[in-house]
Amino acid sequence: MDFQVVVLAGGFSKTLVPIVSKEVPKALLPVANRPVLSYVLDLLEQSNLKDLIVVVEGNDAAVRIGGWISAAYLDRLHVDVAPVSEDIGSAGALRSIARHLTARDILVVSGDLVSDVSPGAVAAVHRRHDAVVTAMLCSNPASGPAESGSSSAKDKTKKPGRKNIIGLDPSRQFLLHIATGAELEKDLRIQKCILRAVGEMELRADLMDAHLYAIKRAVLLEVLAQKETFQSLKEDILPYLVRSQLKSEVLSSNLPQLEENGNDKVNLQNKQISQSHILANASNRGFHELYPLALDGSSSARRTHKCCVYIASNDKYCARLNSIQAFSDINREVAGEANHLSGYSFSAHNNIIHPSAELGSKTTVGPYCMLGEGSQMGDKCSVKRSVIGRHCRIGSNVKIVNSVVMNHVTIGDGCSVQGSVICSNVQIQERATLKDCQVGAGYVVTAGSEYKGDSLAKKEK
Amino acid sequence: MGAQKKSSAAAAARISDDPEELSRVPLQAVLLADSFTTKFRPITLERPKVLLPLANVPMIEYALTWLESAGVEEVFVFCCAHAKQVTNYLQCSQWLSQPNFSVATIESHNSVSAGDALRLIYERNVIHGDFILISGDTLSNMSLNRALQEHKERKKKDSNAVMTMVIKRSKLSPVTQQSRLGTDELFMAIDPDTKQLLYYEENTNHLKGTLSLDKMLLIDNPSITLHNDMQDCFIDICSPEVLSLFTDNFDYQHLRRHFVKGLLVDDIMGYKIYTHEIHSSYAARVDNYRSYDTISKDIIQRWTYPLVPDVLLFGNSATKLEREGIYRATEIVQSRSAQIGPLTVIGNGTRIGNNTKITNSVIGKGCSIGSNVLIEGSYIWDNVTVEDGCQLKHSIVCDGVVIKSGSVLSPGVVLSFKVVVGQNFTVPAYSKVSLLPQPTKQDSDEELEYADNNSDIETSPIAGAHDNLNGELTSDLTDMQSSAAEELGSGGAGYIWSICEGASEEEWRHSVAPVPAEKLAEISQTIDDDLDFSYQDGNAPASSGELKPGGLSDSDDDDVDANNDSAYFEKEVEATFLRAVHENVKVDHVILEVNSLKLSYNMEFAACAGAIFYSMMKLALGTPYNSSAELYNAVVNVLTSWKRLLKSYLSGKDEEIEIILKFEEMCSELAKELSPLFTKILCFLYDKDMISEDAILDWESEKNYADESDRVFVKQAEKFLQWLREASEEEEEED
Repeated sequence: MDFQVVVLAGGFSKTLVPIVSKEVPKALLPVANRPVLSYVLDLLEQSNLKDLIVVVEGNDAAVRIGGWISAAYLDRLHVDVAPVSEDIGSAGALRSIARHLTARDILVVSGDLVSDVSPGAVAAVHRRHDAVVTAMLCSNPASGPAESGSSSAKDKTKKPGRKNIIGLDPSRQFLLHIATGAELEKDLRIQKCILRAVGEMELRADLMDAHLYAIKRAVLLEVLAQKETFQSLKEDILPYLVRSQLKSEVLSSNLPQLEENGNDKVNLQNKQISQSHILANASNRGFHELYPLALDGSSSARRTHKCCVYIASNDKYCARLNSIQAFSDINREVAGEANHLSGYSFSAHNNIIHPSAELGSKTTVGPYCMLGEGSQMGDKCSVKRSVIGRHCRIGSNVKIVNSVVMNHVTIGDGCSVQGSVICSNVQIQERATLKDCQVGAGYVVTAGSEYKGDSLAKKEK
Repeated sequence: MGAQKKSSAAAAARISDDPEELSRVPLQAVLLADSFTTKFRPITLERPKVLLPLANVPMIEYALTWLESAGVEEVFVFCCAHAKQVTNYLQCSQWLSQPNFSVATIESHNSVSAGDALRLIYERNVIHGDFILISGDTLSNMSLNRALQEHKERKKKDSNAVMTMVIKRSKLSPVTQQSRLGTDELFMAIDPDTKQLLYYEENTNHLKGTLSLDKMLLIDNPSITLHNDMQDCFIDICSPEVLSLFTDNFDYQHLRRHFVKGLLVDDIMGYKIYTHEIHSSYAARVDNYRSYDTISKDIIQRWTYPLVPDVLLFGNSATKLEREGIYRATEIVQSRSAQIGPLTVIGNGTRIGNNTKITNSVIGKGCSIGSNVLIEGSYIWDNVTVEDGCQLKHSIVCDGVVIKSGSVLSPGVVLSFKVVVGQNFTVPAYSKVSLLPQPTKQDSDEELEYADNNSDIETSPIAGAHDNLNGELTSDLTDMQSSAAEELGSGGAGYIWSICEGASEEEWRHSVAPVPAEKLAEISQTIDDDLDFSYQDGNAPASSGELKPGGLSDSDDDDVDANNDSAYFEKEVEATFLRAVHENVKVDHVILEVNSLKLSYNMEFAACAGAIFYSMMKLALGTPYNSSAELYNAVVNVLTSWKRLLKSYLSGKDEEIEIILKFEEMCSELAKELSPLFTKILCFLYDKDMISEDAILDWESEKNYADESDRVFVKQAEKFLQWLREASEEEEEED
């Protein structure tokens, strides 16, 4: 398909402290007992996109992620892991790997995407419209088919302003306006010239940008080179391209370049142009073509480019693991309603208990739960809507509700864990009660202690 | 007969509706027979707009016919300007004697706006239920049933849904940004599910490339649709609350600008406005000369069916439709060699001479058109005489006009009643000619326009006399003719109105004539620059575009805000001032506006003075100049003409010093070309008593300890300062 995929896997995200640690970078956080990155990689593999560059912030993280990928995807994918320095933003990351980009179009995916929307479909839309950039959108908040309404409602009330505002044309194919980040705090500013060209713009606050973009390499490289201050793909490059779509500033300077590169390439380009013309004529002509035509004859002087969207249908799952809340939500959902993503087959009780796991008597594991390989549970335990990792030792009379327990965790008798995230190698001693807590790797929760809404982590040595 | 048929059909519709709505009050309508604007001047000085003919039928006929067919039972015609003419007209017409359709007039002589009209109607207490509010110049063939039903259902659920606006899709010209009706672009935001209107902006600033929407809109609604392709039909279905709202908010004047925006912006009251989009029906309002042209053509092309000349029986003269959209009244005397082109209406009793060509035009009753006349895209009303060899292109010619042989009407010409154009005279494009001299107080300030409307009423007795007392009139006329003869060639009569300043550029926008090709080319050229501008605009203050995200969150800090505030304040003051200059706003009004800006930005008087001075200098710099002497003259001109404005903010020394500092800043940074003139202008300010010597000397001493670079202008002004000091010393000595 001549698409090259760049997976932005991030590093040790600060927003996810304490659940990320030196040992576990963001990309390796477990979702239903698999690293979150594996969801993206599997998804790409399904679309036959096998030529990947995984960009990781920081060398340590790169080593860990690289190690994991080469073990898990040996012979399946062709993956280059490219370490970049930290805090340079997504645009910075792309800038530093720019020389590795060779294909005509680049698919940029965030490594924390958990979704079943085919990237191939996005790529197809991108090609069909001969777009400069195509963004994938899905309904907001990140929800599966039957989202447990309460959590999303909570999210909304917490951060009412923290949404994208996206402007679409009436056919919902083109991206006309996007406001992200700090812009959301201000009043909306809609460009009149775009509105005039389209006539009608639908503004949506209920769509989420899934951080999956198909983008023309030539355009991407040009923007990266010209706009040195651009830091973020989503907050700088994409809005810039959307803003300038009726007066394209990109792709102008590289035409002579192409000529230098030899005639055959120009011919190729021409062929593609004529192809896209044929395609465009076959369907209704979009406003991009009509706009310059309407302005009598000066069309040659005015160039436009298209920014397209692919809107995932509502029954698709799409979420990004970019907060602790999202981490527990996604874990719960992948083990629950969106379980087709996990790749496991569920038992009759709608849960997955690894055959090697041991359960004591009168211990119940409810539906939508997961119990990893080699974990042991004592008597009279109760597990509801939780994911428990490998080789955990859980005593008797333990209640685990709405929680994520990673690997090698020891939980003493009579503990109660609710709505919490317990990282690997944590030891929770007897009768401890945790509610809405995050416990960092290797932490020891003393016996009988009670925590509520705390973030517990080992002191850095 | 046709009217009877229609009324019986309407009655049938009413009967079928009856079982559902047994308790209903009869459907009422308010028809405003005054547009409260001056767009149709000079014609409307003599005749109210609603009585102007549209394809040979007065506009009010269309409005009333539609209301009747749409099932309205009671119409209140609100007359203001030329009220007598309207009531007389209605008395002569059949409307007052229709069964099941009552027309009552409400006269007022002191209403200056639609707001006043509605307040008066409220006082009369005649409206008892939902009512249709239209202007008398509205033309439609839509069925109201669905819109009414929707309105009622919404009202039942939510008593705050007080109004339903009818809208229709209409794409703007991409070049002129105008609808085909000649109205400016309109931006609306509508909730796609409920069709609630969330935003309405008609007079947007053309210079601004972006549209600002309140962020709350999208927090409250997950999705909204922004329309640039809708046209407001000015047909509103209102609940009785609308009238009381106008009464409560006595400052509401304009239906859209004040009432609609007031309700949308001020959500304390919680009233909501909804929209109803019509697709296949026709609805439009004659708002300006261009829409007069467009709607006339729509009528001829039968988009407005059944409101077309051959169905709408008016004045008992049958009109027949022939091929290619030619409508002919029965008694026409036409030379064999005359050619009548497509899409033309010719009224009763009109005579057309040899070799005359008429295309795309409307000719009224009893006209006599000579030989070898060319009439193209023009509207000729009743009893007009066009002598041989004239050329009329895209003009409006009112009743009783005489165009003597060999004259040419250039595109866009409007000849008001009984004007006489002299022989072989070419009337320049877009000129408006009337027997009445142009009112001297031509002010484009909105409120004054209304006030001018009052003067209409004063003149209306004269205009009324036109109809009744012909004998008296002729003597009047001869007086006028003698005084106004020269302007329209030999034997002509009428004044060519001067187009008020600033508007001449825009005249083509609202004219009957199509937009000239060179204008189109010119605009599409400038659009390029506009786009550039919009990007800059989009980038600079708001979007994260080229700013670092981190930087942005920091920039929300207060001190930056304060800076921004003063920058915005300055901008606003500048915009206000420029508007004042271009639109001839009175100084008092500018002061009022600047004061309100001062309050809203919490600024000092000194800041106001600085900002005003700054805008004045900008204005002076904006005028083209070749030498510094010319620039100086420009500055002096601006300063003298707006002296009073500046003076009103110079209450003390501090303000004066502020001005000097501002001036210095401008000279050194923004406008270096001003710097050689610094002393000269300072002198001038001193001479004109705008800046006192104390202030100048204080400024100097303030600068005493400043850097050398900061003292450039002190040095430049050294001589002047010296002189000032000596003068003050002398004074002291004298004391």
